[in-house]
Amino acid sequence: MTTSALALRHRLAERGIDPQLFLLVPATVFVIALFVYPFCYGIAVSLQPAQGGALAAYRAFFTDAYQRDTITTTLGIALPAALVNVLAAVPIAYRMRGKFRGKRLLTTVLVVPITLGTVLTAEGLLGFLGPTGWFNRALLSLGVIDQPVTLTHNYTGVFLSLIITGFPFAFLLVLSYLSGIDPSLERAAATLGAGWAQRFFRITLPLLAPGLATTFCLTFVLAFSVFPSAILVGDPTGSTRVISIAAYEAAYVRYDYAAASAAAIVMGVVELVVISVVLGLRSLLYTGSTAGGKG
Amino acid sequence: MTAFTTLRLDGVTRRFGGADALTGLDLEIRRGEFIALLGPSGCGKSTALNCLAGLLPLSDGSIWRDGTRLDTLPPERRGFGMVFQNYALFPHMSVRKNISFGLQMRGVPRAEARRRTDEAIRLVHLEEHAGKLPGQLSGGQQQRVAIARAVVVEPSLVLMDEPLSNLDAKLRLEMRTEIRRLHQNLGLTTVYVTHDQEEALSMADRLVVLRGGRVQQIGSPEEVHNRPANRHVADFLGFRNLLPGKAVSASSIKINGFGVRPSASFVGAIGVGDPVVAAIRPEDVEIGSGLEVTVDVAEYHGREIAAEVRTADGLTLHLRTSQRLAPGDKVEVTLPPSRLLVFPG
Repeated sequence: MTTSALALRHRLAERGIDPQLFLLVPATVFVIALFVYPFCYGIAVSLQPAQGGALAAYRAFFTDAYQRDTITTTLGIALPAALVNVLAAVPIAYRMRGKFRGKRLLTTVLVVPITLGTVLTAEGLLGFLGPTGWFNRALLSLGVIDQPVTLTHNYTGVFLSLIITGFPFAFLLVLSYLSGIDPSLERAAATLGAGWAQRFFRITLPLLAPGLATTFCLTFVLAFSVFPSAILVGDPTGSTRVISIAAYEAAYVRYDYAAASAAAIVMGVVELVVISVVLGLRSLLYTGSTAGGKG
Repeated sequence: MTAFTTLRLDGVTRRFGGADALTGLDLEIRRGEFIALLGPSGCGKSTALNCLAGLLPLSDGSIWRDGTRLDTLPPERRGFGMVFQNYALFPHMSVRKNISFGLQMRGVPRAEARRRTDEAIRLVHLEEHAGKLPGQLSGGQQQRVAIARAVVVEPSLVLMDEPLSNLDAKLRLEMRTEIRRLHQNLGLTTVYVTHDQEEALSMADRLVVLRGGRVQQIGSPEEVHNRPANRHVADFLGFRNLLPGKAVSASSIKINGFGVRPSASFVGAIGVGDPVVAAIRPEDVEIGSGLEVTVDVAEYHGREIAAEVRTADGLTLHLRTSQRLAPGDKVEVTLPPSRLLVFPG
């Protein structure tokens, strides 16, 4: 090899262009084949309705209150569910940082719902929280209530299902963010006179906040695409008629692919807006190292 | 500032699982004293410091500030300042906010807090860096922030956990002087943990030498340096040559290969005929007519050569000399009896 070829290779490598780039090929192919192409295809389909102009499907979606309201319905379920997941994960993860006996068992118990899948969770919820489920029967026999409480086939059912499936994700993420914060920082704060609340709110929370924002985004996205539980334990024609149901109906009940694609694109845009707002707020926070110094 | 006359540790003990990390530490710290806890890693010195700070509960024993029992108080109510080995600076706060944190927590009025923070920043020469985050500072600067943060609250006791171990050699010497100067100017009672005997000897008023969780010796730097209480302390404080031998009378010993050495100093109860260990520092081994040895390794140390030599019997000795020795050289060495310390073997 000539010296000039060597020099060129060296210059390229300094700009990050080297044979290791080939490692990115599988991921790139994957993203293009399974995300970019379907996404562009969806946009194209949504812009070619059977009747009307290019934007007719979107116009139809936004002028029909029955379709339009699915946005607020979905947000009304996904935002509180994501928030509760994150807020519930913080104290539990905070207590569980560090080592203690039985930590692995407890983590396993908390994380098992991930493996169940939404359908099994929904079945369980119906059996447990339904009008003749254990929960209601226990309360009735204890005399706490006279009538069974309705906890399924409504908003509550879907909400609980999203907590059960979303919490493990939030918990695992928050736990790993918390474990990344140097424990000597809180000890230093303690020797400086800070009580536990001051230690948590002035030291741990500010360092954890960027991680909480990321966790919120991920659990929000999971909750926003809720579909099986909205039908199985929800009220799919009323209070839990989420946007994915609207898209499903358009595609497989009315066979209107343009309308279905438009609903799906609207869904993506709403998610992007929420995520950009959260990440925008996150960028205002301190996002650097969470170590206390060298060593 | 909660001033005190004495701080007393009474049989302070800490066990981890079944293992004793620290056993029965008794110590009285007088106001204004600089105490060094010295020992190899795992000797219990950091455990002792954390017990003092309140970061580790005691398994047994108690800690008293004059008449007040301290070991039942959480760290935030002991009023001590602590400098951590990794500095533990709050990474999301500026230097100024890091330093003023303790004042805020103690509810010091804002104007006074600002004045004292400024003063502390000046004390450690960080005026130009007050607005920076810790991540933007060098190791030495971070160290100074950690010290300023601990002393700004005028604690009744400052605890330092190997604060210089992450610095390079030059900075370590500078900071050593700096810490000693701060101690002299502010009169802060200090407990300083280190594994570096030179650091402990040069900084402390009193040394506590620990080994395996137990106190081996408490004394002034001079006492510990010149008259270590046992062979382990001697070993740790620079007596690199520990030679096996036998006591032949009440004041003389026979070292294998060296013959009888009269008038050596005995430390501890030794009877005639007992096996002993004779300790001598490398710098006290003299070159002159005596036992012939062969140089194995010679290290250049500027004005001196540190050499590892071997006797004909295979006994290894360490010595320091201004002679230019090279591996393979043959010299004769003697062990001056006045420099020999004899411990039970």
